[in-house]
Amino acid sequence: MDTRYLFKRHNTWWIKVAVPRTLRDKLGYDLRESLKTHDLTSAQEKRWKIVDKFRQKIEEAKLKKVPNKEEKAKHVENYMPPTNTTDPQYYHKIVDCQYACPAHTPVPEYIRQISQGNYTDAYMINWESNVFPGILGRTCDRPCEPACRRNRTHEKPVAICRLKRVTYDFKGDISQRLPEVPKKKNGKRIALIGAGPASLTVARDLLVLGYECILFEKDPQGGGLMRTNIPSFRLPVEVLDEEVNLVLNMGVEARFNTEVKSMKELLKEDFDAIFVGTGAPKGKDLQIEGREEADKNIFIGIDWLTSIAFEHTTSVGKKVVVIGGGNTAMDCCRSSLRLGAEDVKVTVRSPFDQMKASEWEKEEAMDEGIPIHENHVPKRFVMNNGKLAGVEFEKVEAVFDDNGKRSLVPTGEEPVIFECDDVLMAIGQDNAFHWIERDIGIEFGEWDMPIIDRVTFQSTHPKVFFGGDAAWGPENIIWAAAHGHQAAISIDKFCQQKDLFERPEPGANLVSQKMGIHEWSYDNDVSQAKRFIVPHADQSISLKDLKVEVELGFDEQLALEEAQRCLNCDVQTVFSEDLCIECDACVDICPTDCINFIQNDEEEELRANLRIPALNLDQDILVSENLPTQRVMVKDEDVCLHCGLCAERCPTGAWDMQTYLYEEAKVYNQT
Amino acid sequence: MTYIKKPLNHHPNLEINELGLTRRDYEGQVSSLCAGCGHDSISAAIIEACFQLSLSSHQIAKLSGIGCSSKAPAYFLNQSHGFNSVHGRMPSIGTGANLANHELLYLGISGDGDSASIGIGQFVHAARRQLNMTYIIENNGTYGLTKGQFSATNDKESKSKYGEENLFPSIDLASLAIQLGAGFVARSFSGDKEQLVPLIKAAFKQKGFALLDILSPCVTFNNHNTSTKSFDYIREHNEALSRTDFVPLGKEIKVDYQPGSEIEISLHDGSRLRLEKTSSGYDPRNRKMAVNAIQDSIEKGNVLTGLLYINEDSNDLKEILNLTDTPLNKLSEKELCPGSESLKKINESLR
Ligand SMILES: Cc1cc2nc3c(=O)[nH]c(=O)nc-3n(C[C@H](O)[C@H](O)[C@H](O)COP(=O)(O)OP(=O)(O)OC[C@H]3O[C@@H](n4cnc5c(N)ncnc54)[C@H](O)[C@@H]3O)c2cc1C
Ligand SMILES: Cc1ncc(C[n+]2csc(CCOP(=O)(O)OP(=O)(O)O)c2C)c(N)n1
Ligand code: SF4
Ligand code: SF4
Ligand code: SF4
Ligand SMILES: [Mg+2]
Repeated sequence: MDTRYLFKRHNTWWIKVAVPRTLRDKLGYDLRESLKTHDLTSAQEKRWKIVDKFRQKIEEAKLKKVPNKEEKAKHVENYMPPTNTTDPQYYHKIVDCQYACPAHTPVPEYIRQISQGNYTDAYMINWESNVFPGILGRTCDRPCEPACRRNRTHEKPVAICRLKRVTYDFKGDISQRLPEVPKKKNGKRIALIGAGPASLTVARDLLVLGYECILFEKDPQGGGLMRTNIPSFRLPVEVLDEEVNLVLNMGVEARFNTEVKSMKELLKEDFDAIFVGTGAPKGKDLQIEGREEADKNIFIGIDWLTSIAFEHTTSVGKKVVVIGGGNTAMDCCRSSLRLGAEDVKVTVRSPFDQMKASEWEKEEAMDEGIPIHENHVPKRFVMNNGKLAGVEFEKVEAVFDDNGKRSLVPTGEEPVIFECDDVLMAIGQDNAFHWIERDIGIEFGEWDMPIIDRVTFQSTHPKVFFGGDAAWGPENIIWAAAHGHQAAISIDKFCQQKDLFERPEPGANLVSQKMGIHEWSYDNDVSQAKRFIVPHADQSISLKDLKVEVELGFDEQLALEEAQRCLNCDVQTVFSEDLCIECDACVDICPTDCINFIQNDEEEELRANLRIPALNLDQDILVSENLPTQRVMVKDEDVCLHCGLCAERCPTGAWDMQTYLYEEAKVYNQT
Repeated sequence: MTYIKKPLNHHPNLEINELGLTRRDYEGQVSSLCAGCGHDSISAAIIEACFQLSLSSHQIAKLSGIGCSSKAPAYFLNQSHGFNSVHGRMPSIGTGANLANHELLYLGISGDGDSASIGIGQFVHAARRQLNMTYIIENNGTYGLTKGQFSATNDKESKSKYGEENLFPSIDLASLAIQLGAGFVARSFSGDKEQLVPLIKAAFKQKGFALLDILSPCVTFNNHNTSTKSFDYIREHNEALSRTDFVPLGKEIKVDYQPGSEIEISLHDGSRLRLEKTSSGYDPRNRKMAVNAIQDSIEKGNVLTGLLYINEDSNDLKEILNLTDTPLNKLSEKELCPGSESLKKINESLR
């Protein structure tokens, strides 16, 4: 198979001709073009004409190039300064997953603990950072996974989220490891409104310092949307109860079935600070023709899921149409199946690949046989004999203008009618702050949302803090936890009359992993295994019962193998210029061409001049001090495998592999 | 030596050559040499040169003797032919192989011990006979493999790591090769790939014997501060003749030389070498100039690097002996044993 100059991208053949190093600043790294075919034979036929065209272009550029030496000399003062690796964010950023995690969970650290079978330690690392490892290990939106280095060096990310679940599933007794809550209180009383993940996080952090936390929740139990909206086939109640109760049992004074109806009244009570964690509890509705007549058979998705959670709803019509393309829509359609619906359809206005739902949520729904109809805009509810009979849709296509703004333009095709008995409306959530009076010092801005400081989470009323979905609209659990930690820090500072803007420094610690000449205390070999798939329950059982968890989780063996896929991005390559003899051994061994010894320059030039240009601007380059040959060492962090070979081949120990433990400050462990 | 295998993963933007291969496809086993050994850098330069020339591994034969340097062929071109011969005897193996199949590219890798001590008798005849091969000496001034004895290229004024004095003068293999009639003689430094890679490419294109004497510090036994083959010493005393650019066949590269300040040298297959002229007006086509310049720099305690000497009209053994164009290994029994009639004719002609 002759694939010279050819490569495949999304099943289409492309051509790629490398540009010589000296011309890359002009032409880029290589010249490429899509051959617009899936077929290798026709790609091969088209190939040489384009290759010749590209070669010509390169030759022409060579003739034009006149480097200007004087001009270069002028830039000397703009040369890149040596990287400041003592800035805690430098190495933190290299740990892609941890950096992307809103709560900055030390991911590789807990994954290593899993490899060693230390599940309880792994669990506690998580619990410290994100409070709900068992819940998040099943439901997290996992911003860490798209960030994972494996996306760039291999294909699929490490199953970070499902490994988090492993820490819950296999942990031992943790009762001795929980922080001690002082018996003697510090005299400060904090009101928390809403028992979702945001408030629970604030409570956990403040209780450790001796604060009294009084929690108001309108529902009979804690957990917020995690309880009322996330279906138990994704998140079993026992897991939820265990982790919610862990916090409540630390000494929260919980007042369930207590809706706060007036902020003004609450402010009159003697609380030192108030945290609003009430979420975004109002489901959006759609006012189109027939809405009122069909009201009996139209349900707002999040309310409907809540009534299932509290077992008020136990059945649904035979034919169900779900309107909406987010995660709520996915939970609605899958719940319908389990309540006995026989024909469930999801309809979404946008094209399939632009739906809001996470990739894996869509996959799960489709696995269960639920079709997703893209580009369908609902126009009216069709009635028959005073009863809902179906929904009429207009078909559209997405068109982008020059600014990249999308509009959905009707295709002009015949409208489509999907028959149904019930409709579930899952088109978004709003906040509801009708209970906060507008004359008490809490200012509201655009979209009738309170004005909240992005750093301190404080509202314009100094005593009142917001977090979770209540702060800036619907997000997810891990963001709620991250907000909670920060709000707790602010509340503490506020109560201690300190400057809220002086945020505590993170803990940052580098420890060498060297054990011998070729021995590291981490497993530096790079696993070539593909991402392992989490086993699922048999559909003949799981589709019949809302309470049967679909995912079975990794067993210990699978967990170990998946954990081995982690590249240990927190084991940093630390460079000491005073030891380097510029022998090039590290340059030659590095499998991904990260390391360069090169003339310094401005960042843009420097990036372009590397062995392989550092084009991923999201990733930093490490620049050393000047070396004896007047060059600098430049390492592109982008696709470093953290394999440690540079350090193994270095004769002088100028490279060392050092574990970087970055710990986001919590209110109770500030330094 | 490392314990893990170098991961197969490469940079997603790694260049590909005309064969659709990346540089990684020209690698070999993980090196077992000491970390930081100059020989590993030379391996990397050879890999780069083969990649850039889009050579096919199966058309290359790697030959070597004994020594750390002679182990190096295991660490590049995994899919090429190879022969690891007795100490100092690589030229004999090269001669035999060359005569049997002159279509391969012969790449000899040797050390200063392998070529200047035990193998010097073999070395001089390979050069003298214009054996068609690239002959690389990974010159570290010591017997690395046997733990650091002085080699014959060690300079008299240089002391061993343990303070011992070297009592004998050194052999300069480059001068020797020029005197013996080698058509291509260059010197370079393992730590300067910019100079080394174009020289290796040019040597591959040379017809006849092409010698590359590459200073290659031994980090373990000869990189101390009384050594004249250490990284620091070579960097401080490197007297580079000219910038060298390799211009492949049918390509035109315009570089920023002042008009008239360059020398262009044609290589056997039509590709060219472009040399930036130095102020001294050095011309590597001039044998006398080359020998003098090398002597001058030795007297100054310097290391002269770059293309030292080239004969554009060089010959090779096959041409000198007027051998058949078809390699011997492709001749059939009929051609090799033409029968008693032919023998008779030959005998007749000798009467
Ligand atoms: C269907 C659905 C599925 C989801 N799936 C996921 C998922 O898989 N993963 C994920 O990370 N996120 C998911 N989310 C989002 C996630 O649940 C929320 O982002 C998160 O729970 C927000 O936490 P919170 O603490 O801000 O508020 P919430 O969890 O919304 O909790 C707010 C609490 O405040 C109470 N409350 C409100 N007003 C008052 C009042 N006036 N007085 C007293 N109590 C009050 C509410 O009853 C509620 O219990 C999902 C959301 C929905 C709707
Ligand atoms: C016939 C014979 N004599 C001696 C030796 C011992 N011996 C092995 S390697 C070596 C010297 C190698 O020196 P060099 O060629 O410079 O290689 P380096 O290890 O320095 O790269 C010697 C003397 C041998 N292997 N065989
Ligand atoms: S490979 Fe491991 S450490 Fe690296 S980004 Fe992915 S999960 Fe994090
Ligand atoms: S750890 Fe060192 S050798 Fe390995 S990929 Fe990173 S820079 Fe290269
Ligand atoms: S291997 Fe070590 S001494 Fe050699 S160039 Fe790299 S960092 Fe410097
Ligand atoms: Mg030697």
